[in-house]
Amino acid sequence: MILTGNHAVSYGVKAARTEVVAAYPITPQTQIIEKLAELIAKGEMNARYIRVESEHSAMTACISAEACGARTFTATSSHGLAYMSEMVFWAGLGRFPVTMAVVTRTLAPPWSIWNEHTDILAQRDSGWVMMMCESAQEAYDTAIQAFRIAEDERVLQPVMYGLDAFSLSHTAENVDLLDQEAVDGYLPRLDPSKLPVYIDPDRPITFGNLLGPDRMMEFRHLIKEAFERARRVIDETAAEYSKIAGRPQTGLFENYRCSDAEVVVVATGASSGDVKEAVDSLRDKGVKAGMIRLKTIRPFPGEEIREVIGGVKVIATIDRDYSFGFGGILGRELSAYLKGNVFRYIAGLGGRDLTVEDFEDIINDALRRAEGRRGDVEEVWWGLKEVE
Amino acid sequence: MRAKVAISKASEGASGMTGMWRIKRPVIDEGKCNKCLMCWLYCPEAAIVRGKDGRIWITYEYCKGCGICAEVCPTKVIKMVKEV
Repeated sequence: MILTGNHAVSYGVKAARTEVVAAYPITPQTQIIEKLAELIAKGEMNARYIRVESEHSAMTACISAEACGARTFTATSSHGLAYMSEMVFWAGLGRFPVTMAVVTRTLAPPWSIWNEHTDILAQRDSGWVMMMCESAQEAYDTAIQAFRIAEDERVLQPVMYGLDAFSLSHTAENVDLLDQEAVDGYLPRLDPSKLPVYIDPDRPITFGNLLGPDRMMEFRHLIKEAFERARRVIDETAAEYSKIAGRPQTGLFENYRCSDAEVVVVATGASSGDVKEAVDSLRDKGVKAGMIRLKTIRPFPGEEIREVIGGVKVIATIDRDYSFGFGGILGRELSAYLKGNVFRYIAGLGGRDLTVEDFEDIINDALRRAEGRRGDVEEVWWGLKEVE
Repeated sequence: MRAKVAISKASEGASGMTGMWRIKRPVIDEGKCNKCLMCWLYCPEAAIVRGKDGRIWITYEYCKGCGICAEVCPTKVIKMVKEV
């Protein structure tokens, strides 16, 4: 089926037999929830669509529905996600296995609708498992896997997954949809009795009540442990899915031609395909290049990546995001796990186009810097122009 | 089962002896009470108990003295008396 990344998510959410969708429209995410509304209205999907007045209410409705034992989904972008943020933390710290698609978009000002990852990464400490999709196919696959990860008894945390604005969200490609029977076998119905918070009138509970300093740390530690277990669950979930889909799947991260690599580039999201092309092109020219594609950002697979590229001499990280006063978020986080030359590139902010040539140039630039021919600057703002 | 999040289960006095907060105590004139149960229905703390014979009484260990029972009583037989 020819689908945009947005519609691929909608069909994945439908295949997962999602029971409640509560969402508020925002560019470039709107197509996801429009398609879901259409599928529900036509009777092709058996779910309740809750129209809400804001993203804050959308997440609140998802949390409440999840507490009643329903499988829930929402989608948002940028300012919508920022507005939702309080309830994003409630879902994460309250351990409600909601799933959410985030079509990544630049935060204003200046006003922008184009791609940047800072919106999703700003939620990184909220207790959500976080992933980034590379293609419309992976968006469909991730929409289904996200529920299995979130509802796994070893995890029980919400899952959000990012799609790059336009280059993934609005670009159509051929997507393989699974048989409903196969999805049903892979993703059984949610068992409400296993939820950390399940509202059952016969067994009344209070949730969200005051907890003093004498007990709070212990509950935070339970979430920490869930995220440690999530590492294995994410890889298992991907492996199980690849059996029903007949296609390889990526769990924590993808190792692309790294085994004998002398320079490795680390990136995430929809540009990853172009980065791989740059790697192939350089390989043809005799440069032993490789790529690590971050699929999962929380839990951050730093140690797992170190096992693969810990000995590589030159590493270039590419961030389409920025934490002011700190640096590119993913590059900085990965640097904490690696010794040696890590050159951090900030590229494509505000949706500026990045091409295969850019990625080839970035890898070559890192090699030159490692030889000391371009100075020892570790952070490069790629293609920066003069401000008039 | 080990808790996964902080929740509390309903139990008598889960929030402690909240009767200590009271400034005025509701006192029912039992002789004039017609057992309509409006006070029992409205008490936000479920501190008014309904006996098998229809009789009602107040558990002063938990009654915070909010006065809602005296306000809703249609026969005005609940008086708020200052604690000493």
